[in-house]
Amino acid sequence: MVATVHGSRPRKPAKRHRTAHGGRSFTATFLAYAVLVFLALVYLVPFLLQIVTSFKTQTDAANHPLGLIPHPVSTRDSIGRLANGSPGFPRALANSVLVTVLVTAGRVFLDSMAGYALARLRFPGRRIVFGAILAVLAVPGVVLLIPKFLVLNRLGIYDSYPALVLPLLADAAGIFIMKQFFESVSENIEEAARIDGAGTFRLFWSVVLPMARPALITLTILSFQGSWNEFAQVLVSVQSPQYYTLPLWLGNLVTGSLGAGTQYPLKLSGALLATIPVALVFALLQRYFIRGANEGAVKG
Amino acid sequence: MAAATTAEPIAPASRPLRRKHGGGTRGPERTTGWLFVSPAVALLVLFLAVPVLMALWVSFTDWNGIGTPFRLNVPKAGLRNYTDLFTKDGLTRQDFMTSIRNIFYYTLLVVPLQTSLALSLALLVNGKMLKAKGFFRSAFYFPSVTSSVAITTVFLFVFNGGALNSILAKVGISGPNWLNDSNGVVQNLLGALGIADPANPPSALVNHGFLSLTWWDWIAGPSVAMCAIIALVVWTTAGTFMVIYLAALQDISADIEEASLLDGANPWQRLRYVVLPMLKPTTFLVLTLGLIGSWQVFDQVYLATQGGPDKTTLSPAYLSYTSGFKDHSWGVGSAMAFVLFAIIIIFTLLQRFIMRDRTEAKARSRRRAARRAKVG
Repeated sequence: MVATVHGSRPRKPAKRHRTAHGGRSFTATFLAYAVLVFLALVYLVPFLLQIVTSFKTQTDAANHPLGLIPHPVSTRDSIGRLANGSPGFPRALANSVLVTVLVTAGRVFLDSMAGYALARLRFPGRRIVFGAILAVLAVPGVVLLIPKFLVLNRLGIYDSYPALVLPLLADAAGIFIMKQFFESVSENIEEAARIDGAGTFRLFWSVVLPMARPALITLTILSFQGSWNEFAQVLVSVQSPQYYTLPLWLGNLVTGSLGAGTQYPLKLSGALLATIPVALVFALLQRYFIRGANEGAVKG
Repeated sequence: MAAATTAEPIAPASRPLRRKHGGGTRGPERTTGWLFVSPAVALLVLFLAVPVLMALWVSFTDWNGIGTPFRLNVPKAGLRNYTDLFTKDGLTRQDFMTSIRNIFYYTLLVVPLQTSLALSLALLVNGKMLKAKGFFRSAFYFPSVTSSVAITTVFLFVFNGGALNSILAKVGISGPNWLNDSNGVVQNLLGALGIADPANPPSALVNHGFLSLTWWDWIAGPSVAMCAIIALVVWTTAGTFMVIYLAALQDISADIEEASLLDGANPWQRLRYVVLPMLKPTTFLVLTLGLIGSWQVFDQVYLATQGGPDKTTLSPAYLSYTSGFKDHSWGVGSAMAFVLFAIIIIFTLLQRFIMRDRTEAKARSRRRAARRAKVG
């Protein structure tokens, strides 16, 4: 089934075979599209159900989980409850925005500075620092859950805003991406500016950073997506509902004792609102996501 | 901003870095260099290196969460928290081994499934003449960039909210109680084949065991609930690996494909003897990334099942978390985290080591293939 797509691809040298393979090629194309459409449905139907259920009432969702038209169309049990009734949602949304903005801005600034220094500046210990960053990249996040809690507790900032933001600012992958980027671009313009007598920081700020725009966009997107979606790391950083971010709020609702089989309109509309910002950025800047995915793989 | 426009065309040019100046003119770089890296490095030290050392200390204690573990009179455990996981028959070892068994079956299914799905998706959407290529690529890739919490919520509705079972009911299948079903699929299969009765398992398997689990438990296979989590994870992550495969497919030069086409290879032969061998390094990367990722499954377990039903979805990462945060056995939880750490690091180092060899081999074989294609 996989090979058929290649078979369906009309290529110049294949032209003389067309009479022999014409029939098969049509079937092959048809089959390939059928498989693709089926897979696309498997990928899209869950999201479609999520959207539709966000406009259903509790009873409608329970009785007709597959119904594609809400009957009646109502946000009483879903978005309506998020906006006013459901405790903590507006605050969680605000916390998420705050954390995402601070973490993204911080990461972009700190990572590009560190990446630039590692790529361009000669200072003692540079190799050791880079080696340590490569080593840190191999540390899996899930084994850091208890360690993170221990250090936040020790520092006396467990369950606070600094606990939400500061640990997420430590980002070895971002430093690695920026270093690779700076090593791939020509040094000529910096040299010219340097001859003009610009200091290193001014050079970095007004010459290097504007030049690094493609890498900065990739890093911004990775940081935005990472911090907006982060669950496990914030789970061990705070416990009071006033500090919940959107994923924590939703996680608490989903695992809560309020009854696992109920409230799907509320849960799904919460999940929908957590998805929309990422979906928008994804729709606008998909190629940067893909660049990020491949860079992430290389570092792995 | 003016600099940006002038600099843009230069960006893709990559040339080997060479320093034109001697150290003399770059004297201030010593301090500026450290000034530039120190904020990022300080954060990494404070939130990665120091915490790891702290947890290492805690793993040698019996700290119960009261007071600070960093005092001299904290109850010491020595290596006991580690040895309990392997050598002492008890609940700790039983839970730990259950989580190892679960993650073994999980990995056994997730890695091959997500790799083959990713490869199939990549081959399908790589067609140059394919219509709506961008749409299909986005549809398959989107789940891997969205929040794990949001996706898991949707799958809770699909599996437990009745969506999937209503589809199954339409074709006359009465679906299981997915995330609440603790029956092992191998046990179910043995029952269906009439080899062993799950309700009354063979006493030879139930009365004997290994590392605190009976043989009947070891061979259980993933539970139905675990299969639901496996489906969720494969569905979510295949897109990421599809993107990696797509990048590799675009690297395969059109010349080589043309050459094999002229040699009279049919599409299947082309895939089997030309494309797949050239994708081998990518497949290795995808397999090892999948393997490393599998051992880290946490979010989905926490959100969908909390390790249940009957501990059949307990993963080592989740067990480590609950040992500390729920049971307040911080020493045991930390010890589990370090065992998990060791396992993952071994895979990672092995991968980096083999990849280094392969990258060179790949360059060699690509040159050879290109030569052969020209000659052929």
